[in-house]
Amino acid sequence: MRLVAPTRRNAWLSFVLLGLLLGCLPFLVDAGLGRSWVRILDFALLYMMLALGLNIVVGYAGLLDLGYIAFYAVGAYLYALLASPQFGLHLPFWVLLPLGACVAAVFGMLLGAPTLRLRGDYLAIVTLGFGEIIRIFMNNLDAPVNITNGPQGITLIDPIVIGGLSFGQTHEFAGIRFSSAHSYYYLFLAATLLVIFLSMRLQDSRIGRAWAAIREDETAAAAMGINTRNLKLLAFAMGASFGGVAGGLFAAFQGFISPESFNLLESIMILCMVVLGGMGNIAGVMLGAFLLTVLPEALRYVGDVQRWYFGRILVDPADLRMLLFGLALVGMMLFRPEGMIPSAQRRREFQHQDAPDEPPPLYDQQK
Amino acid sequence: MDIFLQQLINGLVLGSVYALVALGYTMVYGILELINFAHGEVTMMGAMVALTVIGALVGAHVDLPGILIVATGVLVAIPTCMLLGFTIERVAYRPLRHAPRLAPLITAIGVSILLQNIAMIVWGRQYVKFPAILPSGSHQIGGATISDLQIFILVLSLGIMAGLVLLVQKTKLGRAMRATAQSLQVASLMGVNVNTVIALTFIIGSALAAVAGVMVAAYYGLAHYYMGFLLGLKAFTAAVLGGIGNIAGAMLGGLLLGVIESLGAGYIGDLTGGFMGSNYQDVFAFLVLILVLVLRPSGLLGEHVGERA
Repeated sequence: MRLVAPTRRNAWLSFVLLGLLLGCLPFLVDAGLGRSWVRILDFALLYMMLALGLNIVVGYAGLLDLGYIAFYAVGAYLYALLASPQFGLHLPFWVLLPLGACVAAVFGMLLGAPTLRLRGDYLAIVTLGFGEIIRIFMNNLDAPVNITNGPQGITLIDPIVIGGLSFGQTHEFAGIRFSSAHSYYYLFLAATLLVIFLSMRLQDSRIGRAWAAIREDETAAAAMGINTRNLKLLAFAMGASFGGVAGGLFAAFQGFISPESFNLLESIMILCMVVLGGMGNIAGVMLGAFLLTVLPEALRYVGDVQRWYFGRILVDPADLRMLLFGLALVGMMLFRPEGMIPSAQRRREFQHQDAPDEPPPLYDQQK
Repeated sequence: MDIFLQQLINGLVLGSVYALVALGYTMVYGILELINFAHGEVTMMGAMVALTVIGALVGAHVDLPGILIVATGVLVAIPTCMLLGFTIERVAYRPLRHAPRLAPLITAIGVSILLQNIAMIVWGRQYVKFPAILPSGSHQIGGATISDLQIFILVLSLGIMAGLVLLVQKTKLGRAMRATAQSLQVASLMGVNVNTVIALTFIIGSALAAVAGVMVAAYYGLAHYYMGFLLGLKAFTAAVLGGIGNIAGAMLGGLLLGVIESLGAGYIGDLTGGFMGSNYQDVFAFLVLILVLVLRPSGLLGEHVGERA
C-alpha cells in the first residue's frame, strides 16, 4: 500500500507538470526561437493528428495507405469552399468540422470498399492512385465550372471563430498577448489531445483488438467470427475522419489552400512519421510526427552555416531536406525497422528475423 | 476516324515506352515480389545522364549526325543506370530480403526520393531541353501523321522487347531467372546463384529503363527531375494490367495502357460534353490500375495470384 500511494502522486505530479509545459510551450518557443517557430509548433500538432489518424489504418488495422493525404485534402477543401468568398458561403466552424469529418469518412469508405480484397503492396498502390486522382481533380475542377479554382487554390478562407472570438486576430487577456499562432496552438492542442484519447480508447476496445487480429492474420480473424469487411471499412472511415478534421483546421489556420499542399510526398511523409516513430504506438507516432515536422525546419540553419563557412550557399537547404529524408528512410529500415519507439507487439514480430523461411506475419505472408 | 487513328498511333508509341519501363517492374516483381518504387527514378536518371552527354556533344559542335550523338548519350546512360540498379539492389533491397514486406517497400520509397533529390540538386528544378538534332520527317497514313521519331521509338522498343523474350526463353540466364521466379529456395538448391540472378535482373531492367528514359525525353523534347514518378507509376500500372510477373503481360499492358490513355485523352472532351478535358489524361492510368486490381488482380495474362499481394 505504501508503494502505491507515492507512485500515484508522482503520476499526477507529472501530468500537472506536462500540462503546465504544454500550456506555456508557445510562449517559451516564442521567446527562445521566434514567432515563426510557434507556427511550426502548430504544424507539428496538425501532423500529429494526421499521423495518429493514419496510425489507425496502418498501425492498428495493418492496411497500408499511401493516399492518406486525400482525406486531409477533402477536409481542407470542404472547409475552404464553404467558408470563403469562393461561393460566398461563410458557414460556422461548428457545422464545418463535423461535416468535414463525415465527408472524409465517406471518402474513406469509398476508397475502402473496392480495395477490401487487396493487401500490402497492391493496397498501397491503389490508395496512392486514389490520392493522385483526388489531386488531379482539385487541380482541374476550375473549368468549365469553377469549383476548386484550380492550381491557384482558394484564398481568403475564414479563420475559426468560437464564441465571437476570431482566431485570426491577436487578442489580449490579462496583459498577455495571444497572437493568431498562439490561439491556434491551444485549439490544435485540444484537438490533438482528443485524437490521442480516441486512439487510446480504440486500441484497447473490442474494435482495436479485432483490428490487431486482422492485421496479424486476416484468415484466422475471419474464422474467429470477426467481420473483417466491416472492420476494415471502419478503420478506413475513422482514419479518414481524423484526416478530414485536421484538413479543416489546416485550411482555417493557413487561410489559403492549393492542390500543391496535398501531393503524394505529403502522404509518404505522414506514413514515414508513423513508421519511423513506431507503428501502432501512440507515443512513437507522435514523436515521429514531431521530429519530421521540426527537423526539416531546423535545416534552414544549415544555409546560415554554409554562408558563414563557405561565404555562399553551396546546396540549398530546401533541396537537402528531402535528400536527408530519403536517406533517413533507407537507413531506418536497414538498421531499426521497428521504429524509434516500437509497440511491444511489433518488436516481437521484427525480432523473428532469424527464421528466414517463416517471415513474421506483417501484412501479407499468406501464399 | 482521323482522330481515332492518330490517337491510336500516339498511344502505341507511348505504350511501347511504358512497356519497356514496365518490364523492369515485372521482372523484379516476378522474382522478389517487390514493387521497385525507385525504378521510375532510374528511368529519369537515364534520361538526365543521356541529355547531359548529348548537350555536351552538341555544345562542343561535334560533327556527327544527330542519331549518332543521341546513340552516344544512350550508350553512356545504359551503364550508368545498370550500376545504379545494381547498387540499389545491393544496398537497399538485399539486406531486407527476409524482412517483413513493409520494410523494402519503405526503402524503395526512400531510394526514389533520394534519387529525385540528387537529380534536382545536380540538374536543377527547371526542365532540361532535348536539343533538336533528330531528323523531323513525318509520314501520312490514312489522315493521321506519324513522325520518324515515333516510328523509331516503336521499332526500337519492339526490337528490345523481342530480344528480352529471347533472352528469357532461350538462354541459360533466362532459365535461371525463370527458376528463381518460381521459387527462390528451390532454385538455389538446384545450384542457381540466386544473388547473381537477382542482381542481373535489376541490371537488365535498369538498362531497359535507361533506353526508355531517353525515348521519353526525345518524344516530349524535355526531361525533368520529377518525370520518373508518373512514368514509373504508369509503367507499374501497365505491369499490373498485363499481369505482374509476366513478361509478355508487361508488353501487352504497356501498349494497351498507352492506347487507353491516348484515346481517353482524345475523347474525354466529347464524352463529358466538354466538362473534362485532356488535362485529365493522367487519371486514366490510375482508373485502369484500380479497376484491374479490383476486378482481376492477376491481370490479363498473369496466373492467379489472387489476394496474395
